[in-house]
Amino acid sequence: MQLGSIFLLALLEGLVSASVLALTACGLSLVFGIMRVVNVAHGEFFMLGAVLAWFTASLMPGPPALTFVAALVICPLIVGAVAALADMLVLKRLNYEPEATIVATIGLLYILQQGALTVFGPNALPVPAPLDFRLQFPGFGYSGYKIAVILAAVLLLLGLWLILTRTRIGLVMRATQIDRATARAFGINVDRVYAGVFAMGAGLAAIAAVLIVPIQQAHYLMGADPLLLSFSVVIIGGLGSLRGTVVAALLIGMVDQMIPIFMPVVFPAYGAWFTPTLAKIIATLVVALVLVFRPQGLFGKRMA
Amino acid sequence: MIDRRALFLHLAVLAALLAALPMLAAYHVTNIAKIMVLAVYAMGYNIAFGYTGLLSLGHAMFFAAGLYAAGMGISLFGLSAAGALVLGPVAGGLAATLVGLLALRTAGVAFMIVTLMFAQAGYLTILYFVKYTRGDEGIVIARAARAIGSVDLSADTPRYLLAFGIFALALLLNLALVRSPFGRIMVAMRENEARSRMLGYNPYTVKLTALAVSGVYAGAAGAAYAVVFGYVGASLASVQYSILPLLYVLLGGAGTVLGPFLGALLMFYLIDYASSATSAYLFIVGAALILLVLFAPKGILGTLRERHARWLP
Repeated sequence: MQLGSIFLLALLEGLVSASVLALTACGLSLVFGIMRVVNVAHGEFFMLGAVLAWFTASLMPGPPALTFVAALVICPLIVGAVAALADMLVLKRLNYEPEATIVATIGLLYILQQGALTVFGPNALPVPAPLDFRLQFPGFGYSGYKIAVILAAVLLLLGLWLILTRTRIGLVMRATQIDRATARAFGINVDRVYAGVFAMGAGLAAIAAVLIVPIQQAHYLMGADPLLLSFSVVIIGGLGSLRGTVVAALLIGMVDQMIPIFMPVVFPAYGAWFTPTLAKIIATLVVALVLVFRPQGLFGKRMA
Repeated sequence: MIDRRALFLHLAVLAALLAALPMLAAYHVTNIAKIMVLAVYAMGYNIAFGYTGLLSLGHAMFFAAGLYAAGMGISLFGLSAAGALVLGPVAGGLAATLVGLLALRTAGVAFMIVTLMFAQAGYLTILYFVKYTRGDEGIVIARAARAIGSVDLSADTPRYLLAFGIFALALLLNLALVRSPFGRIMVAMRENEARSRMLGYNPYTVKLTALAVSGVYAGAAGAAYAVVFGYVGASLASVQYSILPLLYVLLGGAGTVLGPFLGALLMFYLIDYASSATSAYLFIVGAALILLVLFAPKGILGTLRERHARWLP
């Protein structure tokens, strides 16, 4: 393949992973921004979405396209309901005290993971892609479904932005974010907003998972990577800032995909010692150092 | 008078553990030895979390520092078991100091995430240097190397006694620490950092010292684990091993000297009992975490202290 083609392929792969990451991380960012809750179980909501997508697709009769669309609607709803339940039964009772909620969401992580293992077993579960065509690019053919994922993510993010900035629901959410007590005084049911936001955050992770599952199979341990990547995105982008989250997701998603594709071409010695593990070590340290030295993120302004 | 009551209680617990040895079945001898080693780790965690208010999610790194210092020291550099037991706490304390220097610039939730990320980087580093650490497969320390003098530490009784010795030392030092002036300052930091600062204490150095001590404990536990059980593996450096001491401390009672041991004892046997019935022991861990923060955030001994025994250290 020509260098140009390789670059284009790497770019597309990067965009696919960035768009799914952006959706997942926006869910985490939304929950942190509005509720000030660090949801360690976010990756498990992602996993739950993926596993449920397999369940829906394998249980429902009909062509893959139809069952997939059904999964895209049903899975986020179920995952959102689980999240809302967790919020009402656990997080609300903890009064959203930051450290207690982290411990509780760690507990939730174990329960969801073990639950998925018990119900769905330890095997990777495949979901057929709803679209089956290839786009011909110069030098290589590319899965049409992956392009559809990018488009879907862009539309969903636009939709999220519209909901937050242009609707009454978004207004109520922003009001709750700015001042919970005043919002309550104005008759906003803060408890319901919180349950809704937590459900929405989890639902976004679930949608991202349903989108990715035809490319990458569902598995009960799959939640760890999206969790760590989402954390990195939210930290680099600035805690609670949605715009920063999207920008950082693009950056991290692209880097994450492009390095393994692109580097061996430019740099033949690559891979001998610069393994994916080393890349992960460096990435993790960079994110930790950003949080230490620039807690507002690379793109955010320091909050008062 | 009050002092004597607390000291008596702790000595009684130690005496009971020693007296139990001849009565226990071999299976429980190994279990209690493991619990005592894990309790040392949890005590260290408690010094940071329970007394100083530093909720870290990265203690597995300090535990692993001691574990690997001992394991690699013995298997690669021919260190003696006794030397490994000295090197472990040094390595743990050093790792905690290095992490603390950076992580303590943050607080609260950011501190939790930063420590988590450093520990994750540490875990990945162990996997990266698989040639020396043997990664997930781990290092199995030869039986011959696990001896102090002519005492074979892989036999049940010496193993129990060594774990007991380390545990007893750690427990009494912990008791002395929290009753010392510095122990009071640690608690002051937890209760009200701004006021402690106003009284002239530097929060950064106090927290760093507490974290270093905590790391020394974790490293000692790690080295003891390597020497006593002869296995050093990457899974012992994973996130689970940062959550475990948190769970023990929450169950037994954060900010109590005996809480970590009680929590480790109960949780170990709960998981042991549950895993004979179901393979889903993580379910129990998750449920225990949630139930504890919801209904008993002070843990068993914390609640007991609040209601009945105010003198409990």
